[in-house]
Amino acid sequence: MLREIRPAIIVLLVLTLITGLAYPLAMTAIAGVIFPKQAAGSLIERDGKVVGSALIGQEFKGDGYFHGRPSATVAPDPNDSTKTVPAPYNAANSGGSNLGPTSKALSDRLKEDVDRLKAENPSQPVPIDLVTTSGSGLDPDISPEAAMFQVPRVAKARNVPEDRLRALIAEKTAGRLAGILGEPRVNVLALNLALDLAASK
Amino acid sequence: MTVIGWIQIFLYCAIVIALVKPLGGYMTRVFNGERTFLSPLLRPVEAGIYWIGGVDEKREQHWLTYTVAMLLFHVGGFVIIYALMRLQALLPFNPAGQSAVAEDLSFNTAISFITNTNWQNYGGESTLSYLVQMLGLTHQNFLSAATGIALAVALIRGFSRSSMRTIGNFWIDATRCTLYVLLPICVVYTLFLVWQGIPQTLGAYVDATTLEGANQTIAVGPVASQIAIKMLGTNGGGFFNANAAHPFENPTALSNFVQMISIFALGAALTNVFGRMVGNQKQGWAILAVMGVLFIAGVAVAYWAEANGTTMLSSLGLTGGNMEGKEVRFGIAASSLFAVITTAASCGAVNAMHDSFTALGGMIPLINMQLGEIIIGGVGAGLYGMLLFVVLAIFVAGLMVGRTPEYVGKKIEAREVKMAMLAILVLPLMYLGWTAVAVVLPSAVASMANSGPHGFTEVLYAFTSATGNNGSAFGGLTGNTFFYNLTLASSMFVGRFFMIVPAMALAGSLAGKKSIPPSAGTLPTTGGLFVGLVVGVILIIGGLTFFPALALGPIVEHLAMNANTLF
Repeated sequence: MLREIRPAIIVLLVLTLITGLAYPLAMTAIAGVIFPKQAAGSLIERDGKVVGSALIGQEFKGDGYFHGRPSATVAPDPNDSTKTVPAPYNAANSGGSNLGPTSKALSDRLKEDVDRLKAENPSQPVPIDLVTTSGSGLDPDISPEAAMFQVPRVAKARNVPEDRLRALIAEKTAGRLAGILGEPRVNVLALNLALDLAASK
Repeated sequence: MTVIGWIQIFLYCAIVIALVKPLGGYMTRVFNGERTFLSPLLRPVEAGIYWIGGVDEKREQHWLTYTVAMLLFHVGGFVIIYALMRLQALLPFNPAGQSAVAEDLSFNTAISFITNTNWQNYGGESTLSYLVQMLGLTHQNFLSAATGIALAVALIRGFSRSSMRTIGNFWIDATRCTLYVLLPICVVYTLFLVWQGIPQTLGAYVDATTLEGANQTIAVGPVASQIAIKMLGTNGGGFFNANAAHPFENPTALSNFVQMISIFALGAALTNVFGRMVGNQKQGWAILAVMGVLFIAGVAVAYWAEANGTTMLSSLGLTGGNMEGKEVRFGIAASSLFAVITTAASCGAVNAMHDSFTALGGMIPLINMQLGEIIIGGVGAGLYGMLLFVVLAIFVAGLMVGRTPEYVGKKIEAREVKMAMLAILVLPLMYLGWTAVAVVLPSAVASMANSGPHGFTEVLYAFTSATGNNGSAFGGLTGNTFFYNLTLASSMFVGRFFMIVPAMALAGSLAGKKSIPPSAGTLPTTGGLFVGLVVGVILIIGGLTFFPALALGPIVEHLAMNANTLF
């Protein structure tokens, strides 16, 4: 048995260096050359400033922007480091609400959001993704229905015809891959950037 | 449920099955020590490792030596992770300035990664430096997976060899698995993932100014290289807190689909390695069939439950299934499928929050883990777990007809059945025992995020996941407390090693037996009768063990959910 001690130390160290340093560092170097944009986090710049990542959702509150899904992410409470406070779309601390199917807290939150959205647009049923939080709290997408639902509000705030917004949503809607994988979706940041671009023209 | 949803599920199964033979053939060559197409490149590295490590390629090991070598390997891995976490503030590659991790959390995490569990009591992006993620966690993702596969191959040799004292050499099996199987696939896989959008950088977290003028700090890092092995090695520990639900770990429907395939690929192929090594590939297909039956049943229930949603949602006029905790790009079908896959294998990555699943949708992952993660299972661990149940099923069949049972030419006798029972019984002892302790300790109850039966399920899920070395969670439970850090670590440790050591003892005792040719009285182990028998034994043993606990958690919650009783 004693002769197993040398390999236990040396084989472990060599394999650790190969898989724990050589492999990730080599992959970082290669990926940085072949796919520099993705490797850095798919960042989007506007007027030379980073406004976010194409893959990471961000919070929109104003009436003139399309809103993403509610987010359950939190941040440490500045007054008491053992507690947390809500911080929607905190991209340095991902997470979901973890509320279960019989949770009163979830039921109360849903009721409040559904009532608010019904008041905003009574003509359509409330899309479920607009009131449920995502698993990551950073979901960049909403369903096409959820985008269409917000058209009256955005049109009023920006004073543009609703049809133009509907056309913009249709243009920014991504379908299923090969018609099979995933779900139809609209990237909220991309949609809002296009909205700003159209307004500046 | 939709037709497109089911097409995704069947397409997934078809691709996994198509990969079984080619991967199985390649892995068989690797573990038989034969040349492969990568040998010109990798053989010098391999020989170099043996040379400086003092490994004699011609010397094989007795099962006890093999097991001791494996345990020593784990002790070293534990020391490396623990030291790195405690010292990370002093070490390089720490642009976010993470401080030293607390003792109990470091202990829990080190145990978690050497046991291939990857339970996350830490939030990756808010706790760990890049160096710890790479040198601590990525390396152990490789080595714990390689160890699992090596052990499965050793057990297979037990079945395939006749009257021999040795079952292979651990150092050679672990090294060859890492170099020839895991690394080459991960190199290609990492590049694919970066192409899909996963970051791979050593740069600092990015500060962005959102369109509305707020500040958003975006965590990045060397993510893709870790995700590749996290999935392929059924490890499951995420770079980020939200795991594969995070858009940087799983950006597209395609990355999600490929990640699901990679979770099952090696585990499914090992059934073929088994078939080839015992000289009849049909033996491997029969085992895969047992796994397939249980898998499809689980997918059907979970998908149905999530697509149906809850009374809470329908009473508010919300339709389209239970989207709380799920991502739009995956939807109901791919989220339900992922949940069943990740718990059938002992992966534990999640692309949706299991805590927010419906009562029955969350029960299926729980059952998968409680059955011992034998449906494909963790790489290696799933196969040896399944073979333990096979030994038991063969024994039951032998009792029914009154003959000494035999399997692939080996007589199954008292010692084998004892070892199999020991391994199978120790798992419920841990997860039921610790759950019982936790629900009477006020400080442990305080960790629950949900009240009522759901809170109980959170605790049961945590200990089941830890014992099964899965690592997925009902994430609402605050696991980073002294009590849970230590008790979960003990579950992970016992769940891994009290299964491995009996399995290796079984390998040693089988290898020493003579192979006997099948006779007229031998139960054929390649047909439907055998598949049905094993499925039956798994469900009866499993069901009797954990049904009472399920009745207190998800089953009672399902009734409450339908009545819209809230807690």
